[in-house]
Amino acid sequence: MFDLMKYKNLFLGLSVVLVVASIVSIYMFGFNLGVDLKGGTLWQLSFENQITVDEVKGFLTDDIGLENVGVTKDSSGLIILIRSSEFTEDQHQSYLSSMKEKFGLVEDLRFESIGPAIGKELRDKALLAFIFVLTGISLYVAFAFRHVSYPVSSWKYGIITLVTLFHDALISAGFFAFWGFKTGIEIDTNFIVAILVIIGFSVHDTIVVFDRIRENLMTSKDRGNLAKIVNMSVNQTFARSFNTSLTLVLVLITLIIFGASSLSYFTLLILLGTIIGTYSSIFVASPLLTLVQGK
Amino acid sequence: MSRLRLSIFLLFILVATAAGVLFVHPESSYVDKYYPWRLGLDLVGGSYLVYEVDMSQIEPADQDIVMNGLRDVIEKRVNLFGVSEPRVTASESNGSYRLNVELAGISDVNEAINQIGATPFLQFSEITINSDSENEEPEFIPTELTGRYVKRASIIFDNITNLPQVFLEFDGEGADLFEQLTGNNIGKPIAVFLDGELISAPRVSEKIPGGRAQITGDFTIEEATALVERFNAGALPAPINLINQQTVSATLGQDSLQKTVKAGVWGTLAVIIFMILYYRVSGFYAAIALFIYTILTLSVFKLFVTMTLAGIAGFVLSIGMAVDANILIFERIKEEIKKGASKAVAMEEGFNRAWPSIRDSNLTTILTTLILYYFTSSFVKGFALTLMLGVVVSMFTAITVTRNLLRIFSRK
Repeated sequence: MFDLMKYKNLFLGLSVVLVVASIVSIYMFGFNLGVDLKGGTLWQLSFENQITVDEVKGFLTDDIGLENVGVTKDSSGLIILIRSSEFTEDQHQSYLSSMKEKFGLVEDLRFESIGPAIGKELRDKALLAFIFVLTGISLYVAFAFRHVSYPVSSWKYGIITLVTLFHDALISAGFFAFWGFKTGIEIDTNFIVAILVIIGFSVHDTIVVFDRIRENLMTSKDRGNLAKIVNMSVNQTFARSFNTSLTLVLVLITLIIFGASSLSYFTLLILLGTIIGTYSSIFVASPLLTLVQGK
Repeated sequence: MSRLRLSIFLLFILVATAAGVLFVHPESSYVDKYYPWRLGLDLVGGSYLVYEVDMSQIEPADQDIVMNGLRDVIEKRVNLFGVSEPRVTASESNGSYRLNVELAGISDVNEAINQIGATPFLQFSEITINSDSENEEPEFIPTELTGRYVKRASIIFDNITNLPQVFLEFDGEGADLFEQLTGNNIGKPIAVFLDGELISAPRVSEKIPGGRAQITGDFTIEEATALVERFNAGALPAPINLINQQTVSATLGQDSLQKTVKAGVWGTLAVIIFMILYYRVSGFYAAIALFIYTILTLSVFKLFVTMTLAGIAGFVLSIGMAVDANILIFERIKEEIKKGASKAVAMEEGFNRAWPSIRDSNLTTILTTLILYYFTSSFVKGFALTLMLGVVVSMFTAITVTRNLLRIFSRK
């Protein structure tokens, strides 16, 4: 049997380090807001001939006179994604024809133009949704464990769930901030959805472990020794925590390999969050439970 | 349940699944003819437009009526443009009114935007000459009389000059407003604005009852005809402003659809292989239940949901979670057997004891999807909806279907 309690300070310490690193990362690098969150234009085009990012960027900035232009290219080298300040459908059409003149056959794939008001609204709503999901789940856990009061009262299960989920969301976000700094990836609505989904999934494993702790507290001979109960419960549920996450990881990986490229960051972020979430329910939530036990 | 009832239950599920396969199969042309998949804009290509409605000139009590009017007018306009199944919905957020227009499978978005936006906004204004200032700048004071009150428009030609004019007939309320307006401004000009541009400022010679007006602009016949057509389709009761536009080409939509469906198929296979390798015979039953799950869920989607890219992604994720309940149950059964329980007892215990954690974790997911559904835009809604429906169906297949499969086939 793996002795989790022996190493609990190591795991909790690691989590503290990761959380601090994430806060530093978010503070230092910040997030590149996507057009749907700050307003602006997103324009995806496919070219017939190989073309460089600098060529397109130079053309848009110098010849057309667009501001805040960002250009990225996908792996095929033929599909270009342009981000810039907002412009209208009329301008879009005229830019498209000048692009065709300059670069030959160009196909218009996607065009999004979003006013700043919508962006602000989405940000506000996202924050509210985040708060509701966190508190909603924690309250539910506190409610679901209401019959367990000895030796840890049920609202503490809720608080620990809250802390663990926040930990998962924060580390995922911190990693994404660093990633965005490195590669220029922007956070958009999908990022927010991914964070919420991570929270929603991560709680599954936490519930599985807590549920076993709840059961063992009612039936086990060692009910007085919480550390022992927690350790036993983690060991008993280890395989199922791992396997339930693994099936999710399997479909996430197939989505990354085969799925539409517009979803790849979304999927990757959920994959990262799933791994962190599984880790945290075993190595963070359970040890925390022994820490909050009233002496 | 007796063995007979079990068999009937499973037979029923099997028949439903077989029917489901025929129903959801994308190439079963017979079903598709009468009941095709409904695909969202991001998959078939098309445009999603969001307009903000300027309600500054509208009394608060009238705002709902104006919104309904706007929606009807824009629907008519879009229909004229020949879009199949256009959707125009009104929404309100933070006190600002929005109109969301979905144009599926449209090729010329620019033209559509022009058609929608160019709908004339007619406004009558009073003119006061500010005598204090030296250059005597006229000041225009907008009145309540707008295109909203136009009942009918037609084109007429001036008797003398033979120039085209636009003849307007107001409805009852509009007629009263027009009578009032002309009565207050006898001997003075009133200004007629079209889309914010002054097109004429005729001098009022007398109070005009009956709600008929002629607009003498500098129109060509084409301009006047176009204007009349638009008025008859309905003038916009309030000005609108395009604040959000998302257009996806049909090529990109097709590509996304194919790729994500492919990912879903491979993902399902990967999960099935894992379950059979790890849990052997039980895993095989879970795999059957998973197959039934995908077919039943897809049938529910086909009946009630417009599929979007995010929606398919949500469904693929739900496949990875649908076997979670099976895993929890099977692990529990293993434990009970280790403790020395007989196979049959272990099985029933496994299902019963795993239930609280299955219930709790699925309810928290449903809670998350509900919050996502109510707090986000239309594209995310699809994701939340499919994920939620998936969780609900999976509770049935992973528990009830697997349990009965095991009961009937692993008796001995």
